[in-house]
Amino acid sequence: MADPRSADIKDQPGFRSIAIICLCVLYAPILILMIFSLNTGSLVTRWEGIGFGWYGSALLNQEFHNAAKNTLIISVTATIISTIAATLAAIGMTRVKPWPGLSAAFMVINLPLMVPEIITAVATLSFFALIAGTLGLNFGIGNLILAHTVFCIPFAYMPIRARLEDMDLTLEAAAADLYATPWHAFRRITLPLLVPGVLSGGALAFIVSFDDFTITQLVAGPGQTTLPLYIWNQIRRPMTPEINAISTILLLVSILFVSISFLIARRRAK
Amino acid sequence: MAITFSKAAVFEAEAEKATARRHRLLSLPALVIIGVFGVLPLLIILIYSFLAAAPYGGVQWKFSTDAYLNFLFQRDIFDDTLQFTPDFLIIYLRSFLFAVVTTIICLLLGFPTAYFMATRPPAQRNWWVLLMTIPFWSNLLVRTLAIMFIIRDEGLINNALMALGVIEKPITMLYTNFAIQLGLLYSFLPFMVLPLYSSLEKLDFRLVEAAYDLYATRRQVLWRVIIPLSLPGIIAGCLLVFIPALGAYVTPLILGGGIHLMIGDLIAQQFGSGRNWPLGCAQALILMAAVLVALYFYVRNTSGKMRHG
Repeated sequence: MADPRSADIKDQPGFRSIAIICLCVLYAPILILMIFSLNTGSLVTRWEGIGFGWYGSALLNQEFHNAAKNTLIISVTATIISTIAATLAAIGMTRVKPWPGLSAAFMVINLPLMVPEIITAVATLSFFALIAGTLGLNFGIGNLILAHTVFCIPFAYMPIRARLEDMDLTLEAAAADLYATPWHAFRRITLPLLVPGVLSGGALAFIVSFDDFTITQLVAGPGQTTLPLYIWNQIRRPMTPEINAISTILLLVSILFVSISFLIARRRAK
Repeated sequence: MAITFSKAAVFEAEAEKATARRHRLLSLPALVIIGVFGVLPLLIILIYSFLAAAPYGGVQWKFSTDAYLNFLFQRDIFDDTLQFTPDFLIIYLRSFLFAVVTTIICLLLGFPTAYFMATRPPAQRNWWVLLMTIPFWSNLLVRTLAIMFIIRDEGLINNALMALGVIEKPITMLYTNFAIQLGLLYSFLPFMVLPLYSSLEKLDFRLVEAAYDLYATRRQVLWRVIIPLSLPGIIAGCLLVFIPALGAYVTPLILGGGIHLMIGDLIAQQFGSGRNWPLGCAQALILMAAVLVALYFYVRNTSGKMRHG
């Protein structure tokens, strides 16, 4: 064997090939799915020509419109509520003197990440069935908004907390030295510095809500079809490349929001 | 003078206490939302699991341990005796096996990948992280669907193999155990790579250099320096793959086709066609217990690590 120092000491044999294989394996199925959305033929698997016909038929489809509308109502509302709640919680739980119950509060915030989704789904279903049965309460699409808000909070919370922990404390101290009231210091110093964390957290909350299938499928009532549920309904019918077109739209939305969140987070690191 | 000073100090302490109280109140909305709509439902399924099933779904308010008995036994319709029926237990063991195999293979593929990413120059590293982050956040249903399109009888793999004349009839891959295993690996690989990466990124390569200076081979450096140092990341990654793989719902639903079940489908079935909510609740809680055991080992391991420095 050659002297290890002749190459970069960090290298390990074969690791490069495994990394490249992993990347290809992760992207090949998605790319194939996207390419077939451009197929002009009506079969999902036989290529006939290139065109945007299936995007047209998807976008003109009334069922697709309803699903897209429901999805946006749910995910935008859940994102706003969860991001506000997560921001407040992060301010109350970071850089403060440990208060009794702080670690318990931290566990509660992170609980939705630790419980398998299917358990959350059936628990939420049972909960809403119970309050509908005993109290006669049914919030309609609000049921889904509340269910989504719960699991969006920890995703929004993480980048905001990270941002608060990285923040330079001397700036606030300087503001206080210059006779800023605590509220002023917060409003003029802390909050502007916090904005990237809030945006990054909001983007993540939006993605997890927009993409959710398991919890939505079990909790959704009639007429509350979201885009992932619409795709699931399509799978059970004879499939056309329209499903590829809709799937591609969903993937592009995720990619857009991940990239936004990623770029904001990277700017912070600089 | 002394009196006013102490008065000021008391006043300041009071003000500080009030600020601290206000701070605590800020976390209230998040805690209330998760408490009412996240924690309370878990308590409700705990109660439901001890109730009797209503004939058309839902529960009857009557104490019963049938849900837990039904998990292992079936009541004979003729002589009313309990007979051991391992059907559910087998599905749990199958799911456990799927999750273990998924975790091991993800680790074997994910570790070299994360290590390679962490040793790239910073600009390249950012690209790799973004490329791994995108599948992490992409729609799981759509990604599973993409796998389904490829392995179907008339999918890309079979079409290609037939066109090349390797096979005459399509190989059935969809709705098999192989399909589920493949889907789980594909779904959860990014969940392994990212935590491993964030732990390897912080690795102190001076230690690697020191090992080489002491005439260690590459293999020794890997097994005796790099892997022990990245153990917290390895444990975190394994947990992030194992827990969702054990409770997987979408993957077996689409790639198992309702023939090959995992715990996730089994639970959902009790709330759908099975119409046995208490049984579904009991099954969910048994899965939750398995997850808590896994988390317990994680906490014990990581706190042990911290104690030893």
